[in-house]
Amino acid sequence: MPQAPRPADSWRRRFWAHRSAVIGGGLFAAILFGCFVLPMLLGTNPTATSLLHRFEPPVWMEDGALTNPLGTDNLGRDLLIRILVGGQVSLMVALATVTVAVSVGLILGTLAGYFGGWVDTIIMRVGDLFLAYPFMLLTISVIAILGPSLLVIVLVLALSDWVTYARTVRGSVLSAREREYVAAARSIGTPDLHILRLHILPNVLSPVLVLATVRAANYIIWESGLSFLGMGVPPPTPTWGMLLAEGRDFILDAWWLATLPGIAIMLTILSINLIGDGLRDAFDPRLKGGRA
Amino acid sequence: MSRYPLRRLLHAVLIVAGISVISFFFLHLTGDPVGLILPQDATREQIETLRRDLRLDEPILAQYLHFVTSALQGDMGRSIYTREPVLGLILERLPATLELALTALALSLVIAIPMGVIAALRRGGWLDTISMTLALFGLSMPHFWLGIMLIMLFSVQLNWLPTSGRGTWEQLIMPSVALGASLVALFARLTRSAMLEVLGQDYVRTARAKGLSETMVVGKHALRNALIPLVTVAAMEFGFLLGGAVIIETVFAWPGVGRLIVQSILDRDYPVVQAAVMMLAIVFVVVNLAVDLLYTWLDPNISLGRTDK
Repeated sequence: MPQAPRPADSWRRRFWAHRSAVIGGGLFAAILFGCFVLPMLLGTNPTATSLLHRFEPPVWMEDGALTNPLGTDNLGRDLLIRILVGGQVSLMVALATVTVAVSVGLILGTLAGYFGGWVDTIIMRVGDLFLAYPFMLLTISVIAILGPSLLVIVLVLALSDWVTYARTVRGSVLSAREREYVAAARSIGTPDLHILRLHILPNVLSPVLVLATVRAANYIIWESGLSFLGMGVPPPTPTWGMLLAEGRDFILDAWWLATLPGIAIMLTILSINLIGDGLRDAFDPRLKGGRA
Repeated sequence: MSRYPLRRLLHAVLIVAGISVISFFFLHLTGDPVGLILPQDATREQIETLRRDLRLDEPILAQYLHFVTSALQGDMGRSIYTREPVLGLILERLPATLELALTALALSLVIAIPMGVIAALRRGGWLDTISMTLALFGLSMPHFWLGIMLIMLFSVQLNWLPTSGRGTWEQLIMPSVALGASLVALFARLTRSAMLEVLGQDYVRTARAKGLSETMVVGKHALRNALIPLVTVAAMEFGFLLGGAVIIETVFAWPGVGRLIVQSILDRDYPVVQAAVMMLAIVFVVVNLAVDLLYTWLDPNISLGRTDK
């Protein structure tokens, strides 16, 4: 007799049956490999300058050479290794920001939704304030004052985005709280923490996972925007935004310097967005084909 | 129902008050500006005088109250370097930023709405696939990178458009396209899903059953309702436009508030940064207030159900 699939299995199956999600997942895996493993295999130094090899074009162009597959910059540094290493920063910032913002949003959103009353009012009104402050401006003004560092950037990005999660979590908690099994659990005197962990959290996780994927793509864009403005992780660590800003000075002589880091950013964001679309459709098949 | 605008206005005032607290607090994170303003060899007396002038010797609450009362009177402090009133510096540049943001918004709506409608009407067809693929790429491109690519193509290669500055309509094209591109993607996806939802509603089926032409059904009944969520999202995205303008203005040397902010950050001219950021935040609040009120006026049913429970 065929067994009915458990819900967890069926969303995983739907995700893997989703063509664009699989493409996105594969692309993202390749990017992870490229940024974190490939630099070790190549062994090139991302900050080593070579004044004899300035502005070497990529390998597919005339005068290009396999030693610098994507060409070199104004100081003769290898662009490929700089893009790969630069991706480490972007991906780590995105992951760290998601972790912090989701944790804060999950805790505050759960408190607001589960306990209601004045707890809810205070948390959500403070949230309104953060929503009213355009995030990029908030980020820029804090970094302008505290100075850029990996920690500041992650905390500031998370600070300006926790509300997004808190609101989603609150909504899911509110609807889960009204379920009969929660009322039943409460009537037999189950402690709040127990109810939250066993009965409410599982309902909250899937929307948060979908949201976190979409937002992570945004954090990568914000981080590269900040380092483009010179407010990112300080040199000599290369970041995608910094490479773009440097390349911008040489658009007349070396188009690849500004173009290729941007393509790296675009492919990363694209892969994450594809995964996000796949997750959303897998968790909620009714929305298939795209709610923005 | 007539109480809603009043409540919404009060809410906006509270938000602006909150913004002023945040802005004031940030400025105080910078610590003592005296060291930045005075030369290294300033005498103790000079330092004391400046501290008194800047009211740094007063308790923090008194400083905040003074900050708010002078801001209400149009005095938002002076630039540390040029000693010019900050408000003047900002107001001089605000029209440029608004021009850029509004053009980008208008451009993105004009492109995105037909794209989304066509995609919804031809669901699953090749037009749908193409426009949604384009939208996905649009969402994945950092706008400042797109800006640089546009400069490389249209200014460096083809020599059609000027690389920077403000004044002519040619100079407005590339910055607003770069700023609006990701919004096109967002709005097109939103229009498409809203249209799909509306097209399945009973009143659309009724309109079709009545024998109305497809143009009437789509244009009059479906599109008008599908556009309602778009208005709210467009207002929210105005914040993105103002923030994004900071970077795009730098790329295109557009003389707006964004560039003033970046330049002031590099100069460590914090009063200017603080006031300019606060000003853009207030613009954002006002835009959202206006749109919310417009929304109530357009569709009284929704706002009542939503807020006055």
